[in-house]
Amino acid sequence: MTDASQNAGPMLAADGTPLKQSLARSLRRQKLRALLLISPLLLFVMFSFIVPIASMLFRSVENGMVAETLPLTVEALQSWDTQSGELPEEAVYDAFVRDMVVAVENKEHTRLGSRLNYEETGMSSLFRKSGRKLKKMDPETDGPFKEQLIEIHEGWGDPQTWSVIKTHSPAVTNGYFLNAVDMRRTPEGAQSQPEDKRILIKLFGRTLFMSLVITASCILLAYPVSYLLATLPMRVSNLLMILVLLPFWTSLLVRTSAWKVMLQQQGVINETLVWLGLVADDARLIIINNQIGTIIAMTHILLPFMILPMYSVMQTIPPTYTRAAKSMGATNWTTFWRIYFPQSIPGIGAGSILVFILAIGYYITPEIVGGTKGVFISNRIAYHISSSLNWGLAAALGTILLAVVLLLYWVYDKIVGIDNVKLG
Amino acid sequence: MKPTKTLLTAAALATAAGSLSAEEMTIVSWGGAYSKSQLKAYHEPYSEKSGVTILNDDSSAEAVAKLRAMNEAGNITWDVVDVVAADAIRLCDEGLAMEIDPDTMLAPAPDGTSAADDFGDLLVSDCFIPQIVYSTTFGYRTDLVGDTPPADVCAVFDLEAYPGKRSLEKRAINNMEWALICDGVAKDDVYDVLATPEGQDQALAKLGTIKDNVVWWSAGADTPQLLADGEIIMGSTYNGRLFSVIEEQNQPVAMLWDAQIFDLDGWIIPAGLSEERQQRALDYIMFATDTQRLADQAKYISYGPARASSAPLVGQHAELGIDMAPHMPTDPENAKNTFLYNYEFWADYRDDIEAKFQAWLAQ
Amino acid sequence: MAALTPISRKPMSVVLPAVALAGAFAGMFVGAGNGSIPLGILGGAVLMTGLAWVFINVLKNEQMARWITILGFGIAGFLLSGPMGGVLGLLGGWFFAWFIYWLYEGRYRQKLLPYLTAKQVFYHYLFRVICGAIFVFLITPILVVLPLSFNAQDFFTFTPEMLRLDPEGYSLKHYRDFFTNNEWQRSFKNSLIIAPIATVISVSLGTLAAIGLSQSHVPGRRAIMGILISPMIVPLIISATGMFFFYSDIGRFLEGTLGMNKNFVGYLKVILAHAVLGIPFVIITVTATLVGFDRSLTRAAANMGAGPVRTFFSIQMPLILPGVISGGLFAFITSFDEVVVVLFVGSASQKTLPWQMFTGLREQISPTILAVATILVVLSIGLLATVELLRRRSERLRGLSPA
Repeated sequence: MTDASQNAGPMLAADGTPLKQSLARSLRRQKLRALLLISPLLLFVMFSFIVPIASMLFRSVENGMVAETLPLTVEALQSWDTQSGELPEEAVYDAFVRDMVVAVENKEHTRLGSRLNYEETGMSSLFRKSGRKLKKMDPETDGPFKEQLIEIHEGWGDPQTWSVIKTHSPAVTNGYFLNAVDMRRTPEGAQSQPEDKRILIKLFGRTLFMSLVITASCILLAYPVSYLLATLPMRVSNLLMILVLLPFWTSLLVRTSAWKVMLQQQGVINETLVWLGLVADDARLIIINNQIGTIIAMTHILLPFMILPMYSVMQTIPPTYTRAAKSMGATNWTTFWRIYFPQSIPGIGAGSILVFILAIGYYITPEIVGGTKGVFISNRIAYHISSSLNWGLAAALGTILLAVVLLLYWVYDKIVGIDNVKLG
Repeated sequence: MKPTKTLLTAAALATAAGSLSAEEMTIVSWGGAYSKSQLKAYHEPYSEKSGVTILNDDSSAEAVAKLRAMNEAGNITWDVVDVVAADAIRLCDEGLAMEIDPDTMLAPAPDGTSAADDFGDLLVSDCFIPQIVYSTTFGYRTDLVGDTPPADVCAVFDLEAYPGKRSLEKRAINNMEWALICDGVAKDDVYDVLATPEGQDQALAKLGTIKDNVVWWSAGADTPQLLADGEIIMGSTYNGRLFSVIEEQNQPVAMLWDAQIFDLDGWIIPAGLSEERQQRALDYIMFATDTQRLADQAKYISYGPARASSAPLVGQHAELGIDMAPHMPTDPENAKNTFLYNYEFWADYRDDIEAKFQAWLAQ
Repeated sequence: MAALTPISRKPMSVVLPAVALAGAFAGMFVGAGNGSIPLGILGGAVLMTGLAWVFINVLKNEQMARWITILGFGIAGFLLSGPMGGVLGLLGGWFFAWFIYWLYEGRYRQKLLPYLTAKQVFYHYLFRVICGAIFVFLITPILVVLPLSFNAQDFFTFTPEMLRLDPEGYSLKHYRDFFTNNEWQRSFKNSLIIAPIATVISVSLGTLAAIGLSQSHVPGRRAIMGILISPMIVPLIISATGMFFFYSDIGRFLEGTLGMNKNFVGYLKVILAHAVLGIPFVIITVTATLVGFDRSLTRAAANMGAGPVRTFFSIQMPLILPGVISGGLFAFITSFDEVVVVLFVGSASQKTLPWQMFTGLREQISPTILAVATILVVLSIGLLATVELLRRRSERLRGLSPA
């Protein structure tokens, strides 16, 4: 100790190292320990979730199929001008037949047809029909092919067909993203889809709108309940909490089917209303297979996600504030609006963002009670993944949806802070 | 402490799982009463004979998507898959299903007729072994249609005589054909008309006349449930489902045998199985598609066996004891107005028309 | 709770109009159901006013009045519209008997602050009624599922027999099916294997990470938090397909290269996939508990010579246990109720309960899923009660008096 006080040098820690250095080391160790605690989980999530999702989303730009299935044709088409309005030369047809013979052998041509059909309706049947006949051809001896191909299917005599093949031959494409926003890739650049294929923007809009309505109705229903739970004595409120958590714990599939039973035209609600005479038998409410059905069922399903964060915030609001306000002569309304409500806003924020994010990603409930008018963009993603097998478009739609959610997450983190969410 | 516990549990699991995995195969089917009929007619006798444990996976509805994903990932977990003929054709075309030689891989009929002749025209694809013949047709609520029950399929499009909701499947196949038939196209010309864009628009326009009154179904259980609720007055579904609603559940429902669409359901074996698994799958197929087995299935569900030689062996329902023959779509009385489904047409045009239909639906 | 305000009997001029109003309101529904709304309103008002007057001025015996109303209404309801009406009548009778005396004796004031005005009292109860309605909305699906699970038919429909309360319309066959059907039993067993192990993984890793995150100097805290929460915000269908490809590769590696058992690998895949999905819930709840954690406690422990491990298990763990348990329950239910991912990642031998329910809904309507749901509701009431007891215990341990 005497050493240190005598020397004008830096302050030293007990072990003789300079204090600054020692503190820095301790900070480093603290950081390291924190990271060590986090790292197993972080690695696990990165490795088993982020990477697979990223590679799934990468499919939205990946487009190797055309060039891999028709390598010679794609090369031969390099010199052909899509704008010319004329058919390509014999060399292209020759290359095409060579490619197709190999593709038919490997059973790849129908998949290519399906792929191109996403862009231009009619390509799938063109490839399938032609494939059966091309199988028997020998590229070495049977040429020239231009006439023969047009003979097989008139589609080969349409410059549009070749233009579609050329436009979609690059290995990386923006085509799926353009499709996702109701545009398409053409030789002249991005263009709008024809009127009857423009549905996705509308669906995005509907998804956002309905998620907002669901969030709003959740706020409306959750606020009084959370207030009640937060102001009642703990023992009572915990019992009532069971009523909130119980539906949360019931299988989503069961709850959704229960709503179907409730909302149908011959369902519980309509039957009760008719029995009570409030609604005429021939004027039953239509509350299923449309947006109302989806909104009711999803509001119910997501309500606990709103109540729980609201409740945990309201619990922390001291009752003395409102009492003080009242004792100073504020009316009930003023007390609520000027004192209580502002303090409960973080709860509303937390609940809203949670409900909103969960709502725009839902698809099982809208599928069952939404009919055709009450479905979300996620239903479209599911459709493209399991029915039309257009995974590129599904990935593009998913990427856009994810971007929206991430933006919301960021905004939410700025406003409320992500660690302020409490789930009961 | 916890990681060790997890490891221990995992190790215990591994040993437990190891003991039952000896000879196992996964058979994919549709679930419900249909899977039950297969369990009774095929799986149970086969397990008894060969000692193979059969696992059921009720994922046929997503078979094409999942087989494609499995193929891409190189991880095929299914051994035998039950699919409709249209899906089988698609899987075969894409190289996702294995080609079958009926003469060497399937059992001949008891009288020695080769399997190829016994199945006849029903072998619609090189990869497909037909199992049953079914029809997609309409059922209606007898108490909701008034005094004149519908006599033909066009009642579906007649909102004046039969007001109320009807259910149709959420896809183009079948609906487009019915729409054209009821729009005045002769049955023989339906597919020619449907091949043209104008014909497709015509069919969609006809469907558009009832669009607001349609509940679209995607799961086989939907229409029977909707009929039982009285939620719809008529709806399309498979004839076996209607049989179950009418005969087993005693609901006030009757069915139409008019312009019902005659279709096939059967097995495929995924391509790319290991030698050992492929042999097991082929052995199962050989057993499960012989004449007696196909006839046995009809005891549990009202679908017709796909072999000509099985038809005379069809007996009575195993629990209800009623004769099954009059309930089969193959019964001459029922088959009078059958509409023949064109496999080749739908294989070629499915993507085109389906894309158009789904866009129309979402409008 | 003790009475806050001394209560006194209310004059007839307050009680009778209020009762008449309530009677008219109830009478409106009865009238609408039986032909004439005005007649129902009038009848309800007159009947209720009359009853209230007789009870208060003539009978003067609350016990007897209650029984008279309950039985009288029950019988009237039964005569009007059968057993269902009878049940509604009994309930209505019970309510009105309670309501008349609640008003007359002024009991509604008992638990309120003495200085509230009449309007405030009214709003107070109006608010309670609204909250009650929301609670009813919350549990309606369960109220629907419960009786339907005893349906004698194979549909999700309230049959006329059920509405008549005819025993013929009810049966236990769906419960029998659940307990005897191999598929249901196997999937239930699978869920009981997969969900707890997935929960243990997400809870142990998640708690560690949450503790790490709550330290004061963590570089890139927000980004890390974002990554850890991402499984909750990526749409499930995307996660499912992404994980399918990933776990297929992993599965091939484990089976092919390491020669592991196929079934074991199958379970492992589903368990890991579910563990990832449960992690955000654990992180969120545990970090929330740690926000209020008094750091001087760990310092005190360290001061007295406890190592980090010992400090963790004997100081920190007991205190954050409620958060850990609640996160664990969320993770458990995520796995136990998850259908999209397991459909992709799992194979038939890992079929879980929700998967079986999903096929039960798709291919053949089977009310067995309602029976299962009912069983699970009963189980979860048990679980929630346990959590509540644990919470009370932990409060006692922390020395907080139960509020």
